[in-house]
Amino acid sequence: MTTTELHGFLHGLPGVDQVGAEERAARLASRSIKMSAKAEAIDLAISMVDLTTLEGADTAGKVRALCAKAVHPDPSDPSVPKVAAVCVYPDMVDVAVGALRGTGVGVASVATAFPSGRAPLEAKLADTRAAVAAGASEIDMVIDRGAFLSGDYGTVFEQIVAVKDACGDAHLKVILETGELATLDNVRRASWLAMRAGADFIKTSTGKISPAATLPVTLVMLEAVRDYRAATGRQVGVKPAGGIRTTKDAIKYLVLVNETAGPDWLTPDWFRLGASSVLNDLLMQRRKLSTGVYSGPDYFTLD
Amino acid sequence: MSDRLAVRKTYKLYIAGAFPRSESGRSYPVTDGKGRFLANAAHASRKDARDAVTAARKAFPGWAGRTGYNRAQILYRIAEMLEGRRDQFTAELRHTGASKTHAAAEVDAAIDRWVWYAGWADKITAVAGAANPVAGPYFNFSTPEPTGVVAVIAPDSPLLGLVSVLAPAIVTGNTTVVVASEPAPLAAITLAEVLATSDLPGGVVNILTGHRTELTPWLASHMDVNAIDLTGIPDEHVQDLEEKAAGNLKRVHRPTATGWTADPGTARMTAFLETKTVWHPVGV
Repeated sequence: MTTTELHGFLHGLPGVDQVGAEERAARLASRSIKMSAKAEAIDLAISMVDLTTLEGADTAGKVRALCAKAVHPDPSDPSVPKVAAVCVYPDMVDVAVGALRGTGVGVASVATAFPSGRAPLEAKLADTRAAVAAGASEIDMVIDRGAFLSGDYGTVFEQIVAVKDACGDAHLKVILETGELATLDNVRRASWLAMRAGADFIKTSTGKISPAATLPVTLVMLEAVRDYRAATGRQVGVKPAGGIRTTKDAIKYLVLVNETAGPDWLTPDWFRLGASSVLNDLLMQRRKLSTGVYSGPDYFTLD
Repeated sequence: MSDRLAVRKTYKLYIAGAFPRSESGRSYPVTDGKGRFLANAAHASRKDARDAVTAARKAFPGWAGRTGYNRAQILYRIAEMLEGRRDQFTAELRHTGASKTHAAAEVDAAIDRWVWYAGWADKITAVAGAANPVAGPYFNFSTPEPTGVVAVIAPDSPLLGLVSVLAPAIVTGNTTVVVASEPAPLAAITLAEVLATSDLPGGVVNILTGHRTELTPWLASHMDVNAIDLTGIPDEHVQDLEEKAAGNLKRVHRPTATGWTADPGTARMTAFLETKTVWHPVGV
């Protein structure tokens, strides 16, 4: 597909009513989810978490500790579901794969010069191949925001196609870094661009810049995957990442998914929450529901 | 100027250094000593209590980490602010039915009590701690450290009683969630205005107004509260709350019958201190 064709298609997409999107997201966020519905939502949210550690100071020990938490988020309560995946840097993939073998928890790896994406394509592809070779089942790539914002959609498209090719059987999540895209129109265009290039998931943010995931941005992306499935029959997942810290936040996203894309997306196969601190809050709320008393951070692991 | 509109005050909660309304949106009428309407006070819910505990926990490391000397300075600053608002507190106490002289005397006693406790901030370690003689080549020190987040159920003495239970809890470095007197909560919120303008970090003192029977079970059972002072609780409810507090082995201070004008001694400060003993080898 040429840059001109892409440009024509992406700029032919209907514009996003920003005020309307924000209002709709705010209204859905005011839904009250209580009691047994809340208990179900908490368990669903736990099973959708991509437990993430993306720090320069990561060590093999920290990754193993995170993997143990991913399998048994609350060791004192075996009824707590395991999380969807652990998300690490490519050089930590083999550690995570070793720690998670046979548990059913996936290993996701960021690649392509995360978080900036400023590297030659060869380096990005080598980064991806190394992560896949080490056993990553999911690859989180970043798009070239500079090229996207300057209208060079062809480059962005071709890079995603190339990385998708390098992924082999691994799922490809494409990070749009919506905090740098400036407008919701750009979010819609980037979503369609990524989906047409072969993304299995579209992800809001790296978590390294602010603002990270927000409800209006996720709303626009959920509309994009819904419309894309209606147009092509292929279903694409969504992953908001960064800035989701409380159970209340997580439940707001679940409501948004159900009301925008529909219940087909309400599974860990099609919706993920990229976060780490939210898990402790989900566990605290879960224990509050099961014991009837407020819990505290003393009883959960720090990460 | 008699045709000025009255500027009435909205009494709200004090959580994390801010004055929010109750999450529940509720309020309850507060009456004076003769049953006449005074004001609406916020009627806090269990979620306000939860938020207050979160704020107190967040403020704890910073407050406990300050030197006793610095805490003394801040508490003395609060006393200065109280002094500047004597007339307001006196008027507020008169609404609860106290005579003019009695109200003024109680405000003075409350300020004096606060200053008295402020002075203890850099002395309690020396009094409650020790360098222990041990048979071996070690230095052995016992030092008192703050317990953590203390839930304080304040008595019905609107100012002197409140000050007498609050000051000893925070002077040693604890942070607090205070449930103000249910019939006379207004002085507590006015005190919160003093605290908010006195360099006291937000979250060290959080003040809730509302129904004690609704709030205290949640605080007593909260796993992130380290101690609870049941001073304002009637005897028949104490046992139930003690059982709830046993869930995470909270320190419990039971109600005592002493009047608020008596010399308080150090008991209320040491009630919320943990003793840490360190063995350190003697070097050569």
